[in-house]
Amino acid sequence: MAKKTVGANGANGSNGSHGKQVGTYELKKGLAQMLKGGVIMDVINPEQAKIAEAAGACSVMALERVPADIRRDGGVARMSDPGMIQKIMKDTTIPVMAKCRIGHYVEAKVLEAIGIDYIDESEVLTPADEENHVDKRGFKVPFVCGARNLGEALRRISEGAAVVRSKGEAGTGDVVEAVRHARKILGDIRRLKTMRREEMFTYAKEIQAPFALVEETADLGRLPVVLFAAGGIATPADAALMMEIGVDGVFVGSGIFKSGDPARRAKAIVEATTHFRDYKIIAEVSKDLGEPMVGISVSTLDAAQKMAGRGW
Amino acid sequence: MVVGVLALQGDFAEHVSMLGRLGVTAREVRVPRDLKGVDRLILPGGESTTFGKVAVASGMMAPLIAFAGAGRPMWGTCAGLIFMAKDVGRDQPGLGLMDVTVRRNAFGRQVDSFTQDLKILGLRAPFKGVFIRAPLIERAGKGVKVLSKLEDGTIVAARQGLFLGTSFHPELTDDPRMHALFLSL
Repeated sequence: MAKKTVGANGANGSNGSHGKQVGTYELKKGLAQMLKGGVIMDVINPEQAKIAEAAGACSVMALERVPADIRRDGGVARMSDPGMIQKIMKDTTIPVMAKCRIGHYVEAKVLEAIGIDYIDESEVLTPADEENHVDKRGFKVPFVCGARNLGEALRRISEGAAVVRSKGEAGTGDVVEAVRHARKILGDIRRLKTMRREEMFTYAKEIQAPFALVEETADLGRLPVVLFAAGGIATPADAALMMEIGVDGVFVGSGIFKSGDPARRAKAIVEATTHFRDYKIIAEVSKDLGEPMVGISVSTLDAAQKMAGRGW
Repeated sequence: MVVGVLALQGDFAEHVSMLGRLGVTAREVRVPRDLKGVDRLILPGGESTTFGKVAVASGMMAPLIAFAGAGRPMWGTCAGLIFMAKDVGRDQPGLGLMDVTVRRNAFGRQVDSFTQDLKILGLRAPFKGVFIRAPLIERAGKGVKVLSKLEDGTIVAARQGLFLGTSFHPELTDDPRMHALFLSL
């Protein structure tokens, strides 16, 4: 079943066609490969986008409120004003992403209509559908989705996601959940690699993922798409820790523009992500960064205050 | 032979893996000392503005220019091509090695990314060009040989001496022929 799904996404359309093709799964995954080793930064206006680009961000996430503010304000968090997103798109030369609510097909279509480069179907916004995610396969725009474990990651990929990120616990400045989710996804893959074929059928059932994608992951020894870290990353060392654990790149949400010196911190996080095993460089870039964002320890949050539980 | 792949950001791992398939020793290059003993260098796809920022911060600009000046082959794919170009039509750090004018995001945004089979000088059968928010070569200076054009005449691959530039991503295909071509320079 999932094999067919992958085919429908165009992943196997690499041979035999001579004409021009657009919007294929290969191209959607391809843009994600260009983001690897990089930092994607949340920005709320063109000025912040310029600071992010100048600091070396490989992409920006355009949104009206960063997760820390969404958390503080409460209420329903929705897709941002398309006009505001377009202003940021106009002023930046790097790819621009934007968020839609989980299961909100129309918000995703609106973002595609304005020519956004990437859609994050995100638990940071209030879910629009508590059972179903968007069927992402028919879109020309690639999607990124959050996951806490391998089953969730493969379910999102079967729906057409071209990038998976850890959910973490956005807007807290506490990296603990991003570490937990990245370790779980990567650890699940390591255990999968030790299984015999016949055991994988049962495993696929247990983690509620399509068998074909489970098998593909076992054969590749990694997810079939790029894996990023997100949720609570606030310092250069946080970013380097996530790279060390084995992700391909990092999202930094509230951590930059909720800190004392965003330009400097942004640049430092970019350098620490590239040089994640060069501790002298990380030490150097971590000096005099000013105040980090004020954090909330995830262990003090009630279940109802956690965003990571959203998504199914 | 050791082939370096600039690993400041982008899809360097895909190049490393393609080189591995060709039985070549590949090395990720992040700081100047990584260039020691490297015979040729690939600049991968990614974001050229990020390459520039991180290269400047890591003290890599002068060592990269010196590396190329010492007569060692260099190949840029997409962002790597932008990073090698003399002129990119805007102010951003670059190596200024190839006498070409490159326009960034020339084909539009991600929704306009495409694949297209290309005729490439030096390759017998067509090669699948993967263009992702790709740049194009607007002007090729004297001494720059055009290796491939789209049907409308847009230049998408060129060579100047030991420098190779492609606006598409051979590292995202299963086809090692462009890598083999670079290794033969």
